[in-house]
Amino acid sequence: MNWMQHLPAFIIAIPLFAAFLTPLIDRINKKARNAFVLIAMAITFILTIILFKEVLEKDIITYVMGAADPTQAIPKQAAVPIRIVLEIDGINAFMALISALISLIGLIFSFAHIEERGGRFYTLFLLMVVGMLGMELTGDLFNLFVFLEIASIASAALIAYEFRRGSTTEAALKYIIISSLSALFVLFAIGLLYGEYDLLNMAAIADAIRTTGLSNIDKIALILFFSAFALKAGSAPMHMWLPDAYGEAPGAISMVLIGVTQASLYALLRICFTIYVDSMHVIFPAIIIILGLISIFIGVTMALIQEDVKRLIAYAAVAEVGYILLAIGVGLYGILNNEVETYARKALQGGLFHIFNDILDIGLLFLVASGIIYITRERNLNKLGGLAHSMKYTSILFLVGLAAVAGLPPMNGFASKIIIYESVYKVSPILSIVAILGSVVMLAIFVKIFHSVFTGPKITEYREVPKLMLASMLILAGLIIFFGLFPDVIINNVVNPAVNALIENTDYISKVMGW
Amino acid sequence: MIKTVGGYWDPIIWIIAFIVIFILAYMIRAIGKKEYRKGEQIKPFLSGMEEPSKEAVHIRASNLYWGFVEALKSYYETMKKMHTGIINDYVAWFVGITAIIFIAVFIVGII
Repeated sequence: MNWMQHLPAFIIAIPLFAAFLTPLIDRINKKARNAFVLIAMAITFILTIILFKEVLEKDIITYVMGAADPTQAIPKQAAVPIRIVLEIDGINAFMALISALISLIGLIFSFAHIEERGGRFYTLFLLMVVGMLGMELTGDLFNLFVFLEIASIASAALIAYEFRRGSTTEAALKYIIISSLSALFVLFAIGLLYGEYDLLNMAAIADAIRTTGLSNIDKIALILFFSAFALKAGSAPMHMWLPDAYGEAPGAISMVLIGVTQASLYALLRICFTIYVDSMHVIFPAIIIILGLISIFIGVTMALIQEDVKRLIAYAAVAEVGYILLAIGVGLYGILNNEVETYARKALQGGLFHIFNDILDIGLLFLVASGIIYITRERNLNKLGGLAHSMKYTSILFLVGLAAVAGLPPMNGFASKIIIYESVYKVSPILSIVAILGSVVMLAIFVKIFHSVFTGPKITEYREVPKLMLASMLILAGLIIFFGLFPDVIINNVVNPAVNALIENTDYISKVMGW
Repeated sequence: MIKTVGGYWDPIIWIIAFIVIFILAYMIRAIGKKEYRKGEQIKPFLSGMEEPSKEAVHIRASNLYWGFVEALKSYYETMKKMHTGIINDYVAWFVGITAIIFIAVFIVGII
């Protein structure tokens, strides 16, 4: 048996089985449970690295669930794919790698503070990882919906984990309503496409739309997909659920939720760049660009007036989503106008690199904020101050996150933002101006947190955050500095294959359709 | 080093340039006036009152950027009205944006 052939299935199956075994091991021993969850997550992460290397060699990997020959997407008796197909190209592998990495770091952070009901917490955590990775690896629309639901339900339960504070339950309730609404729109869109083409496979639907041309039903499905995934991605002005959810989620869950949000961004990319790109009107990239600009503007200006440290970072996360949308919109606009080499490729490069940087930078800031809340039991910026006296390492790590998210050189945030500024300038200088102004305000926002939390007189004597929290923050800070100093390492080896996968969408379709 | 649309970005060159500029700035500062009296000349004049020690003063978060927020008061009032925290409003925004996209696609432009 060739185990490597089943790699995509293992990446989903391992956290799934581990999720259901965790409550059993929890009943035996808490330390054994933690070790088991860590090993499962570490194996999943290693498998995503191996998968990425495989994709670099083979370009695209297909895996048919339950088939005698998992590489044969279309059975001999059929003309179209009928089973669930996992299809992995550069963009899928890129997203899966990021999600697994951030989940592993989040898990290490969680060991430091999750004590009560740990069995349930880690079960939900692993289910959230399953949902996220499933969304990013599947090539089947209905399967995408199922994994979206798994990720949403697990995330909502995790947001409500500290249910004794009423606000967490309220945030979770809002999140599940918004997620259900979004999932309903996605399901409706899938139903429309299935009714029209009798297909659920993304590559096969893309091929059918290419052949028959874009019908009104296809347009309605596109709009439903678009608004549903934009909502789940936290794009303004549909972002209001995001500060509630990120702000109330416990510890590292705020950071891993960014991964769930980005899985929705991935779905948006797949819908736009693979299924619809050949028949799309330029109004769609224009809408994406407008939503991006609104997200940057509302995100940074609303962050400036927040007093809750996690809500403030959550609004900054909305602005970061704006940068990604802006770059994606400009990339799509360039492809539709045959300007791939002029600026579209670079815009997508900047956007995808920023997806990676966003999760590292905002993730680090969320971990620092969670560490502060864990130690001080305080989240109001007006009541905090002078923490640098007793939390030296945490304050230095916050400075690293601050510099990175504000796009200060030589951090990773600057490297991705400069590519975005220059590429969007080719479409309109106004786009660059808004993006740069957004970064300036972003710097002001995090200077506000640093000033109010870390500087000033010592109010109370606190201890440093636990070592496991510090270790997970250090890993993120190390990655931020490394990719800031050597951005070419990640751009050449990780981002560019993902960009190529988005631009050369024919390969994705032909691999399944057997051209 | 990475190539951008208009040129390139090399963090290592930037760090070297930063260090060189820092050393130059430090050298210029070092040749400053000799009669400078440390401590006395940087003391602020607060209407004759004693300056409180740096450790005793801390400006709280809500006081920071007061002028900026005050200048954009009407914008922030609108924004606060928009962010009600009520789930019905969140859904309304979602439905509204979806409707706008529908109108944009089917009436303003044809896909």
